[in-house]
Amino acid sequence: MLKIDNLHVKLEEEDKAILKGVDLEVRAGEVHAIMGPNGSGKSTLSYVLAGREGYEVTAGTATLEGTDLLGLDPEERAAAGLFLAFQYPVEIPGVGNMTFLRTALNAQRKARGEAEVNAADFLRLVREKAKALDIDAEMLKRPVNVGFSGGEKKRNEILQMAVLEPRMCILDETDSGLDVDAMKLVAQGVNALRAPDRAFLVITHYQRLLDHITPDVVHIMADGRIVATGGPELAIEVETNGYAGLLGSVA
Amino acid sequence: MAVAARKAPALKLEGAQALLAAWPEPAGEASWAQAARARAARRLAEHGAPGRRDEYWRFTDPTSLAALPAPAAAVLEAPEVFEGVDRLRLVFVDGVFAPEMSDAPEMAGLEIQPLSVALRRDVHWAREVFGVLEGHGQDPVDRPFASLNTARATEGMAIRATGKAARPVDFVYLHRSETSDALVRHLIKLEPGADLTLLENGPAAARLNAAIEVEVADGAAFHHVRVQGRDHERRATTAIFARLGRESRFKSFTLTANGRVTRNECVIELTGDDAVAHVAGASLGDRDFHHDDTIFVTHAAERCESRQVFKKVLKSGAVGVFQGKILVRPGAQKTDGYQISQALLLDEASQFLAKPELEIYADDVKCSHGSTCGAVDPTALFYLTSRGVPRAEAEALLVLAFVDEAIQEIEDQGLADEIRGRLADWVARRRRS
Ligand SMILES: Nc1ncnc2c1ncn2[C@@H]1O[C@H](COP(=O)(O)OP(=O)(O)OP(=O)(O)O)[C@@H](O)[C@H]1O
Ligand SMILES: [Mg+2]
Repeated sequence: MLKIDNLHVKLEEEDKAILKGVDLEVRAGEVHAIMGPNGSGKSTLSYVLAGREGYEVTAGTATLEGTDLLGLDPEERAAAGLFLAFQYPVEIPGVGNMTFLRTALNAQRKARGEAEVNAADFLRLVREKAKALDIDAEMLKRPVNVGFSGGEKKRNEILQMAVLEPRMCILDETDSGLDVDAMKLVAQGVNALRAPDRAFLVITHYQRLLDHITPDVVHIMADGRIVATGGPELAIEVETNGYAGLLGSVA
Repeated sequence: MAVAARKAPALKLEGAQALLAAWPEPAGEASWAQAARARAARRLAEHGAPGRRDEYWRFTDPTSLAALPAPAAAVLEAPEVFEGVDRLRLVFVDGVFAPEMSDAPEMAGLEIQPLSVALRRDVHWAREVFGVLEGHGQDPVDRPFASLNTARATEGMAIRATGKAARPVDFVYLHRSETSDALVRHLIKLEPGADLTLLENGPAAARLNAAIEVEVADGAAFHHVRVQGRDHERRATTAIFARLGRESRFKSFTLTANGRVTRNECVIELTGDDAVAHVAGASLGDRDFHHDDTIFVTHAAERCESRQVFKKVLKSGAVGVFQGKILVRPGAQKTDGYQISQALLLDEASQFLAKPELEIYADDVKCSHGSTCGAVDPTALFYLTSRGVPRAEAEALLVLAFVDEAIQEIEDQGLADEIRGRLADWVARRRRS
């Protein structure tokens, strides 16, 4: 599904290398988790995959089902099936949540040559998904993320994911800032989407989320590289011993 | 207030004479109207035509607004705005009232007559408004185009509202001649407790000089929603002079899309306690679009509130100007004055020039103003595109969101939505072109 080879990324504005050769393959149907110390490059990896400006790929490749992601605009990546749940969801005053989501869904469908979803069907679809995530209908009427609490913003990311039904979902610290119940809802939302033709890359600092979304593979990222890869037990080791042991072994 | 003798340069004086000579002196009017016209002509002759060195014309070159003959402007067929609104339509073609195309000018609570008729009679209320509000608004800043308008305009409507008007009055300005140079003047009086919504839409002429005087008596409410444009080559200078009585309300919103040079002036005086004045505007244009909002709000009574909210979206070299002043006179305690002007520059070739001013002579007041100028937020743009919204569409959503703060100033939701729809069409069309 997602294949990253020797990915090197630096900042466009300054000579600062952030990703220093990332190799990663997530197969269809799998859930991978990435853990790693602050500043190790986890968000940068997710942004580069989603197509954010400001980064320069100096070497390496990233493909989604064989399609070169790095040559595409962000909207083309989305239409190709990539989705990033932001670590810090963006507030957009003046743009209604529903308008935004419907525009996004129909733009993706159009790009894939599918029929647009009409207003009534869309409303029904969003209501149903919102209910499962315990998102208030009133909230949906507000501008995108404006006045949402931290947890509400994260749930809104998962709502978008549920509506857009991407093939490759990257979740960047979606669990941060969530209370226990909200985290369960988010995990349920993710688990409901698990499917043989869909894959997940879950960035997190806490084993707690992985209790609910059981990963197939856990990676540890440090200083712009994947330094360790293992099963769920790797997350537990991080939870109990921190990164010291793992990083020490590579240094 | 006496206008102090100001010595104008010869070129400005000659320009004034040329403007006055370009339109015939109206004949056959009542003596009070003639006197008002003569005063206005004298003002213009003394102050002179606007010049690039004038304090309030530094950002906008008045040359093409005063040039004779007027520069031509191609006619662009455009659908009428407010079609979804139940309204009384009064149609003007190149600035000339066309009764055969209009609804019968009759509505409960309103007296409507053509300006030319009102100025021939002894219409008491018109006498207290015509040239009076405009003349008052010439101090301390000259408004030469408005003087010209008072001296020469014969087209327009005189409307007196005595109660709540059942539906809005809509001035529809059609532009049919590439060389039309129109003067349009409206007089409006809202008697105590009256309520009137005035709509205006259409380009009006190749060049338009429009002025409205509005007297809003105690407890009355005046709502004004105007859509200018969309002709690319149109030039316009418009002025609104409003005087507000106790507990009265004045709300004006203008959408300007396209046009070569547009100068919208709004001069408001809050003369009765507890009055409210809101002026808002959204303007969008590209290339040689030059749009200027020049606002002057005077607080002359206690506990009044004024708001100015202006948003400009500028692209490919367009220029936006905002000159907004709040003057608080001695004794106008508990004044609440607010002003914001913001520009969204879609590229580096475009320009926003702002001159916000506060002048306060009372100690117990709350006044604030702000002005910002920036590009589209790249983070918001990335967020939208990362969800699959194409970049141009994402940018359009952000543009609409940006101007919406001005549209929210429109009280009537139906009218606000009408404007939103219009704007969305415009943005979509721009995106395609
Ligand atoms: N646009 C930028 N400008 C300057 N520095 C940047 C930029 N983007 C990333 N960095 C730097 O790159 C490094 C990696 O940042 P990144 O946000 O990817 O880390 P992270 O692993 O997601 O951290 P966290 O766990 O705290 O979210 C950090 O040192 C960060 O300061
Ligand atoms: Mg991060």
